Amino acid sequence: MQIEKAIVRIHERVAGDYRELVLDAPATAGAARPGQFVHLRVPRLDGSVLRRPFSIYRARDARLSILYKSVGRGTRAMESIAVGDTVDMIGPLGNGFPLEGIGENPALVAGGYGVAPLSFLAGEVDVRGTVFIGGATARDILCVGDFESLGWTVRITTEDGSLGAKGLVTAALDVWMAEQQGASPVHYACGPDGMLRAVGERAVAAGHTAWLSLDKHMGCGVGACLACVQKIRGEDGSVSWKRVCKDGPVFDASVIEWDA
Amino acid sequence: MSDQPDMSVDIAGIRMKNPVMVASGTFGYGPEYADLVDITCLGAIVVKGICLDPWEGNDVPRMVEVRGGLINAIGLQGPGVDSFVETYMPFLRQFDTPVIVNIWGRDKDEYEEVAARFNDVEGIAGLELNISCPNVKEGGIAFGTDITMASDLISRVRKRTSLPLIPKLAPNVPQVGLFAKAAEDAGADAVSLINTLPAMVIDIETRRPILANRVGGLSGPAIHPVAVKQVWEAAQAVSIPVIGMGGIETADDALEFIIAGAAAVAVGTATFTDPATAVRVIDGIGAYLQRHDLAGVGELVGSIRE
Repeated sequence: MQIEKAIVRIHERVAGDYRELVLDAPATAGAARPGQFVHLRVPRLDGSVLRRPFSIYRARDARLSILYKSVGRGTRAMESIAVGDTVDMIGPLGNGFPLEGIGENPALVAGGYGVAPLSFLAGEVDVRGTVFIGGATARDILCVGDFESLGWTVRITTEDGSLGAKGLVTAALDVWMAEQQGASPVHYACGPDGMLRAVGERAVAAGHTAWLSLDKHMGCGVGACLACVQKIRGEDGSVSWKRVCKDGPVFDASVIEWDA
Repeated sequence: MSDQPDMSVDIAGIRMKNPVMVASGTFGYGPEYADLVDITCLGAIVVKGICLDPWEGNDVPRMVEVRGGLINAIGLQGPGVDSFVETYMPFLRQFDTPVIVNIWGRDKDEYEEVAARFNDVEGIAGLELNISCPNVKEGGIAFGTDITMASDLISRVRKRTSLPLIPKLAPNVPQVGLFAKAAEDAGADAVSLINTLPAMVIDIETRRPILANRVGGLSGPAIHPVAVKQVWEAAQAVSIPVIGMGGIETADDALEFIIAGAAAVAVGTATFTDPATAVRVIDGIGAYLQRHDLAGVGELVGSIRE
């Protein structure tokens, strides 16, 4: 990890309220692995003391990019970032997705901008599998072309039925899981907590491994402040807080202790 | 003046190469920021609060950003004395930077016990006595806002430790000078202030407090002027060194504390914003001393003009 002053090269709308920020960041891009994140200091966000964490979407040729959606004060302020601006960034942070045991025919499960680190993953592995992308409407479905051009099968779901199958991403996942008799595909997921929990519970029930990337409000991003903690079950069965920024953000679904 | 100004300070026998420390709770136990901050540059490290046994702290959410700062209610999650010493002291001993341990307890006996445990630990420069954390039901601020309790606790801990003892004072008291003086009279070697200010944020849609603990402690630039005033009052009330903190983002912010009477300062929340803050503040203080032809930082301490 390091602090890098990254120069903005491209900042554009990719769909709906989603934007991609492409930065010249050779040091961070060179070290980045899928599932890791960067902690950005949002320029011109007056009165702000906290950085904002973003999963790494792409990291190649000394450039790094992130996908974001305007949802709060920080991300709204990011819309004003201009090409040529300098962005202060700490990264790469976190542990990323374990890829050693990816096996055959993995499932990637994405909700909204949670698709970003999974697109990065899809391009970094030799195997191909199925990608489940879910969103509220067609405008929340991103990166389909990324996966298709790499040879991954894409299954889209939207809650309003405006694109792909109508329903939640887990409905499509259920159909697919029923087809995987005898196999134990590995799942990789990133999205809202509710989706992650549903994916994790299905995978654990089926005896599959699922790696979930948690999205939490963070303070320091490096494991010092203990704000972004999640209850995790240890090997001895005891439950303790783990730091999403430092010990995660990716955890094995079978050890996450969700709130009741 | 061409000579480099003398940045070193001596706080209750703790020799620091400059007056800038990193504040408890904002720098972990050291290794967390080691890739980003050159620890050898710091005046001292104050590690996150330690009590006797592992303590799990509060439920989440534990932190919320507000205008000009953040409110935290971590609740002093920590590994306990033994695990801290075993896990982190080997790392911290590598540097010539003094290590000050922030300690707390759920009752007076525990404070005493924790303090005593550090007498035989190699590499500890001093103890900061946390009597002002707003985020734990036991201990913490209950001691820091009652002058009789604070005084009794400090004198009891004083009897159990041979290390420099630095009570960390609460800002939310009517006359902080009385608390500082009571600490001095009870045997404190220095005092540090301010801790965070009790604060709260409510989500108006759900009508619920945002923090799981409902209330927390406000830190960041918003509290800086409050802290300067409290440090100024405390410094006038005591003859022991005062360590000033609260909302430092720049060297100018730190210099205000020093002019108000602080012999040293601590950078806290700003490390989250920019991990290089402490180093920037150190450089800026040096540049100021040169610009004003001051031979050392000591000349500036308490130099406020009426």
